[in-house]
Amino acid sequence: MSDTNVQRRQFLKTSVGAAAVAIAPGMLLFDMAHGKSEAVSSKVRWGMLIDTANCADGCNDCVTACNKENGLSGGLSPTDSQWIRKVELKDMRSGREVSLPMMCQHCEHPPCVDVCPTGASFKRADGIVLVDKHICIGCRYCMMACPYKARSFVHEPLHDQKPDVPRGKGTVESCTMCVHRVDNGQQPACAEACPNKSILFGNLNDPDSEISRKIRTVASTQVRADLGLNTGIRYQGI
Amino acid sequence: MRLLAALMIFLCIPVAWAGQTYTPKLDIGKGGQCVEDPQSMRKNHMHRLKHQRDETVHKGIRDDKYSLKNCIECHASTRDDSVIGRADSFCEGCHRYEAVKIDCFECHSSKRKTVLGKRE
Repeated sequence: MSDTNVQRRQFLKTSVGAAAVAIAPGMLLFDMAHGKSEAVSSKVRWGMLIDTANCADGCNDCVTACNKENGLSGGLSPTDSQWIRKVELKDMRSGREVSLPMMCQHCEHPPCVDVCPTGASFKRADGIVLVDKHICIGCRYCMMACPYKARSFVHEPLHDQKPDVPRGKGTVESCTMCVHRVDNGQQPACAEACPNKSILFGNLNDPDSEISRKIRTVASTQVRADLGLNTGIRYQGI
Repeated sequence: MRLLAALMIFLCIPVAWAGQTYTPKLDIGKGGQCVEDPQSMRKNHMHRLKHQRDETVHKGIRDDKYSLKNCIECHASTRDDSVIGRADSFCEGCHRYEAVKIDCFECHSSKRKTVLGKRE
């Protein structure tokens, strides 16, 4: 091989390398700047494991974080939206008290989806149950069907909604598992806010995820497991 | 010949009037290069938004090129950071002129996110 040929080959190699180095970060930034362009898949199933032993009685941090993240008023009147609420349980015989957060359980077989007459209530491929408010007519069948009382109806016109969380009068809404955060690779606001780390968020379909490993090793239950809804939220210690 | 000339002038008057018709003067915000050419956006923005909204809500595709948030980010007024509320606001200006009701902002925020972020 002649000397020129070798030099040419060397030159081509270095220029391709330099081009790759120059373009790669740009492509990465472009991807980040322009959001996620692939659809969610059923290879993932998002879920939560809530450790009630660590959930402090009287602590309301998850509720406050949810209200702040999603732009809810935080009011407690019957017409105010509540996406997550703290529930105190007491066994009257033993006197044992348990405190836990209760929200949409993101069922595998959601009754709210079964009863929706318009297809507004739906389950995403990755297991998150949502309301498409563009299609919702506000009939509130889903609110009646939900065994967890997880859904709320917006009664009054709203102003200054969060850009990531559109909400409006005449539609039903509930916990979205902070879908806008999850799609960006973050955790739901409640899981992040819990001071005792008692809300563990993760992928139930990945056997190596922290949540799957914990579910395999500790006893956890689904609320109203008798209904066979296979909820995505599981509780430990109830 | 004179008659023909008179006729031509007469015919030109409505054309001249048409040239002066009222068109909405919009506060285009930051403006700059849009994701498509302006004529196609004027005609098709609603179809693009509707397509994108279904992709985002149901499939979680958050490609923001045609997202409402992306529109607002550029086109919200530099004065009040909103695309609605005034006669020359970017969305409302045209929609008032065309007498088409905008439903979007009953639920969606009309303000740009960067400003909302700062305010908190």
